[in-house]
Amino acid sequence: MFLGHVTGTIVATIKHPHLHARKLLLVRPEPTPGRPQPPSVIAVDSVDAGLGDRVLVADEGNAAAQVLGMPRGPVRTIIVGVVDEVMSEGDEPSGRSGARGA
Amino acid sequence: MLFGRVVGTVVCTEKVPSWRGQRILLVDTTDPAGASTGGRAFAAIDLVSAAPGQRVFVVRGREAAVALTNAENPADAAIVGLIDAVHEPASEPASEPSSKPTPGAAG
Repeated sequence: MFLGHVTGTIVATIKHPHLHARKLLLVRPEPTPGRPQPPSVIAVDSVDAGLGDRVLVADEGNAAAQVLGMPRGPVRTIIVGVVDEVMSEGDEPSGRSGARGA
Repeated sequence: MLFGRVVGTVVCTEKVPSWRGQRILLVDTTDPAGASTGGRAFAAIDLVSAAPGQRVFVVRGREAAVALTNAENPADAAIVGLIDAVHEPASEPASEPSSKPTPGAAG
């Protein structure tokens, strides 16, 4: 799974039956510091995410099938959560106004 | 899933039996705006009757194979949809040609 930001929406009338009536969003993965920006991906939304949301994306077919409640099909990239905050060691919580002095 | 554009067709009379009756197209990866990323084009199973020149989206990996009736096949890329439009507000000046540059504070 990876973290990303929803940067857009995709309109596709003709698509595989597995994707019918599914919202497709454009997600820009958060880059690893010092590494190039990974390309944006198309993800199926399962949590009502919207433009600008920071999201958790699973990129694995079994996960997608389980979340969508369907047999395995040609779907693997799926938004499984809207991120409120991420805390890592030595960090201020990203969701709060924790502006440090230095 | 990735953005792509169909750049050609692949004709194979002799192929793996599980691919019988499937169309194989050559796909170039693009960015969301449709510009080629310059990567190597790849062959993908066509599940949505795409045609050369069309913008499509593609699933790669094992999930490409499970869409065929016989899931035990060696496909590693499949075209699963035709792109009508991509709305990406942060980088969308091209889609609204009438809009003038906003006179911002920074000029």
